[in-house]
Amino acid sequence: MVADSLLQDEGEMMAKVLDGEKAPVVESQEKETRFSRRSFLTGLGAAGVAVTAQPLMAAVPEAAKQADEEIVAPGTVPLVLNVNGEEHRLNVEPRVALLDCLRENLNLPGTKKGCDHGQCGACTVHVNGRRVLSCMSLAVMHANDEITTIEGLGSPEKMHAMQASFVEHDAYQCGYCTSGQIMSATAMLKENVGPTDDDVRHAMYGNICRCGAYPNIVAAVQAVRRLA
Amino acid sequence: MEQFSFVNAKSEAQAAEVAARSATAQLGATVRYVAGGTNLVDLMKLDVERPKQVVDINALELSQIEPLNGGLRIGALARNSDVANHATVKRDYAVLSEAILSGASPQIRNMATTAGNLVQRTRCPYYRDLAQRCNKREPGSGCDAMEGHNRMLAILGTSEHCIATNPSDQNVALMALEATVQIRGTKGDRTVPLAEFYKLPGTTPHIETVLEPGDLITAVTLPAPRPGTRSGYLKLRDRAAYEFALASAALVLGVSGGRVTHARVAMGGVGTVPWRSREAEEVLMGKPATRETYVQAAEAALKDAKPRSENGFKVELAKRCVVHALTTVSVA
Repeated sequence: MVADSLLQDEGEMMAKVLDGEKAPVVESQEKETRFSRRSFLTGLGAAGVAVTAQPLMAAVPEAAKQADEEIVAPGTVPLVLNVNGEEHRLNVEPRVALLDCLRENLNLPGTKKGCDHGQCGACTVHVNGRRVLSCMSLAVMHANDEITTIEGLGSPEKMHAMQASFVEHDAYQCGYCTSGQIMSATAMLKENVGPTDDDVRHAMYGNICRCGAYPNIVAAVQAVRRLA
Repeated sequence: MEQFSFVNAKSEAQAAEVAARSATAQLGATVRYVAGGTNLVDLMKLDVERPKQVVDINALELSQIEPLNGGLRIGALARNSDVANHATVKRDYAVLSEAILSGASPQIRNMATTAGNLVQRTRCPYYRDLAQRCNKREPGSGCDAMEGHNRMLAILGTSEHCIATNPSDQNVALMALEATVQIRGTKGDRTVPLAEFYKLPGTTPHIETVLEPGDLITAVTLPAPRPGTRSGYLKLRDRAAYEFALASAALVLGVSGGRVTHARVAMGGVGTVPWRSREAEEVLMGKPATRETYVQAAEAALKDAKPRSENGFKVELAKRCVVHALTTVSVA
């Protein structure tokens, strides 16, 4: 398969670059069925550590045995988060933003960090059905909330109508703002928004697209609204 | 962001008790309430706000919007989007709905609360940047905005110590509507007219409101709508959406027999506090509802303006904003 051979190529390249340190990438081949930019970067990061910090890596198996018992980091508090219909039991520092908690603690990197200051909309998620900015909220404030991220909206195999429409209308270029755009657009369907393209532009102004894919974003959103 | 301890308040009493441990409720407070987080979390990421304790008040029953004495009681935790889209607000207090919808973004309005917006901090770039001198953030350190990039900053209510603009749209509308703030304090409940809630910077720009340690805003109340009046909000800014005001005007206007019978004029984007212009109101009262009168009112509103190096354009812009808003509301 193309994806597998790609991974094989990358693995060999890594092995050359890292002078025999091929373990991280080969391991990821076993776990991942698809090669993605993210799995490559993750492997690269681990390999980088392996090269520069051999003694640390050697100590990991010992540490891993102890990690079976719960280790609570100082300053963290227990938190139960309901994300995409699943309950997650966590220990997080109160200063962790919901955005960072989703990405780093729950391994849901679909929600993007753009400006991290409430000015771009890339981090938009749904809390109790409404669109909000996950960067401006602390994770610990959401113990009793139902959170939906782009991962909970649909999957590559079974896309939400809005996701399919974004693909159909080529409503992105680099794609970084896209999950925020889609989360905003799906929440917007339930809001009182007028019928015109201008109404959609106005309702979506909290989501910035540096590539300027706005005409296709509006077309994608309008196509879904016409279906409804 | 610095570390802090987190308290999930189960009652108003518990929230207030924790908050009362801070030496001040003003800038530099060691305890902060969090509701929407849209302002506080932003400032904490910048290290401008460094509370030791954060009290989550979202579980408190303070989000109701309900009739009160012919007017309206808006709970402190009512979200900006819920207030703006509330049927009574749209019908009887249109200026408030229009003002809120002109600010921030849909996502932020879903988070931000009525009381949080009341105590929203300035967007002055010198306040938000720890590398700059700012009397508001660090009393006595000086103000780099005076001779710096002050295009967005205030021309009314300024002092030699601070020219930071109050950024809110909501608060300008509430000023024109003569709202009052309901506060639960350590010595009991009290009611403060919004016109007395904010403090001019003077020599103490770090003191922005009358709030004391342990105070908890529980609601904002609006008086009954005055029959025969209309209200409206006009906001002028660098782009049509998602931007703070360069100048804005909130009006409640009554016109009968061609004459102005009631006038409340407030301005945003130009004042260190949400700016009510009693001078403009005095000019308007009893006068013919004509452009000539409106121009005189606008002149009166801006007569004490003190522009700095980059914001002189705001004087004329604010005048035209007031005239255009008066014209639009009077013929609506």
